[in-house]
Amino acid sequence: MDTVANNHSAVEAEGKDTTLIYRQSRWTRLTHWIWAFSLFFMLLSGLQIFNARPQLYVGKQSGFEFNNTILQIGAENTANGQRGFTEIFGHRFDTTGVLGWSGPPGQETPRAFPSWATIPSYYDLGTARVVHFFFAWILTTTLLIWLIASLVNGHIRRDLAPRVSDLRKLPRDIVDHAKLKFHHTREYNTLQKMAYGGVLFVLLPLMIVTGLAMSPSMNSVLPWLNEILGGRQTARTIHFTAMVLLVLFFVVHILMILAAGPINELRSIITGWYRTDPPAKHVEPTERSA
Amino acid sequence: MAKFQISRRKFLTSASLGLSGIALSGCDVFDSGLGIGGGLRSFLENANSLTWRAQRLLAGRDALAPEFTEADIRQPQRPNGVTAPDDDTYKGLLANNFADWRLEVSGLVEKPLSLTREQLQNMPSRTQITRHDCVEGWSCIAKWTGTPLSLVLDQAVVKPQARYVMFHCLDTIEQSLSGDIKYYGTIDLIDARHPQTILAYGLNGKPLPVENGAPLRVRVERQLGYKMPKYIYKIELVDSFANVGGGRGGYWEDNGYDWYGGI
Repeated sequence: MDTVANNHSAVEAEGKDTTLIYRQSRWTRLTHWIWAFSLFFMLLSGLQIFNARPQLYVGKQSGFEFNNTILQIGAENTANGQRGFTEIFGHRFDTTGVLGWSGPPGQETPRAFPSWATIPSYYDLGTARVVHFFFAWILTTTLLIWLIASLVNGHIRRDLAPRVSDLRKLPRDIVDHAKLKFHHTREYNTLQKMAYGGVLFVLLPLMIVTGLAMSPSMNSVLPWLNEILGGRQTARTIHFTAMVLLVLFFVVHILMILAAGPINELRSIITGWYRTDPPAKHVEPTERSA
Repeated sequence: MAKFQISRRKFLTSASLGLSGIALSGCDVFDSGLGIGGGLRSFLENANSLTWRAQRLLAGRDALAPEFTEADIRQPQRPNGVTAPDDDTYKGLLANNFADWRLEVSGLVEKPLSLTREQLQNMPSRTQITRHDCVEGWSCIAKWTGTPLSLVLDQAVVKPQARYVMFHCLDTIEQSLSGDIKYYGTIDLIDARHPQTILAYGLNGKPLPVENGAPLRVRVERQLGYKMPKYIYKIELVDSFANVGGGRGGYWEDNGYDWYGGI
């Protein structure tokens, strides 16, 4: 077992008053990179799968003779030639070049998500499904292993579980983030807890559950699942929405790493060791991890 | 500690792989190696066997797909794939309202059968309102009426060495240089004997239309649409995929789809 994460016996950096502490356990690091790798492939194969039916519906079935479409990506002939469009809740946007109609100049084709965003780059639903379900197994298994390891080694209780004090620190934390003022401590700040907790305990489980809800075989095992979710097509829509939120998380995650010091952040998620701020900066204990 | 160093290196490798993938921002790099029969592809396809085993374990033999009410039938069943076979044999049968059509049951059976439509329709039937899920992502709810496949299999007496049911179809799905390819597909005996697996001849209270597979199509309610062949004329019991098209168990399977379509 890896209990070093609890180790506060800091290693003094030479000549400086900053310290390296062991912040991320091997479980956290290993699973982080497996998730990053798996999610990359799941996203790109998932967009390819979506391309086979670039419409999202609400309810048990897809409306062909009635309208329950809430999102549609397509191509249409206009006076200006072929254009790509994206329609959300009846509002149509021209997304030529990216969504609906894209490709090298002169060789554009009608496709919902562009070639550079899908695996394989050409249209191939069968292969995308092979890739998607392979990584679905990897991701789900890893999430389960992480959950057990993190319950056992205290990572969830110690680092992720929000406390009353987190709520108190929230306004200050938002202001600090807005000013790009970062405090490098062993503990996660309130917004970090919310973001990581949201991904690990809400978005990823929701992805797995809505993914299973689309499986006709799983529907025979858990017939109530689609009833809770509002029908198979709603489950598919939620699956897509959770994907968008995960992509948003990824973008913010990368921006925060760049802003907070990419070398230090990357070192901690690769080796576990993290350079914290000089203790002098921690004026009041209550605001240490603000 | 030595072990730890290795896993750290693994992190770096996987991280740099992932990052370089993103940096290329084109995924052509992954296209090679994913071709059918390729080593990487075959490795990834193991996940489908795992899914098959896991879902069989969870669902068992008889767990039923959800059934719906008349109120859920809000539109005609959306047809897909071939919707008007251009084959002379088929058009001849259709011209005569399928009076000359027979369902052959052959292969690894004790008593090969040749059934007329009337014979099939005189057997006990099952009617179910179920949701058809296409591999593309859409769903459509309709009412299906047909003969449970298990009754036909019992009548033909399946030999113990049989493992799959293969469906032969009348519709040409692809014209290739080596000749026309008619649709074909296989399911395992567990799904073949599932209570909701029927040879459907009725749709939404009417005879099955041509576009949906007249005179007979299969309903395999715990799998996706491509596992439910239309325009069938022969059921063959086999013990492997060796003589099934390209050897992967079905037309779409030979074109890269997973054989198990329960997800």
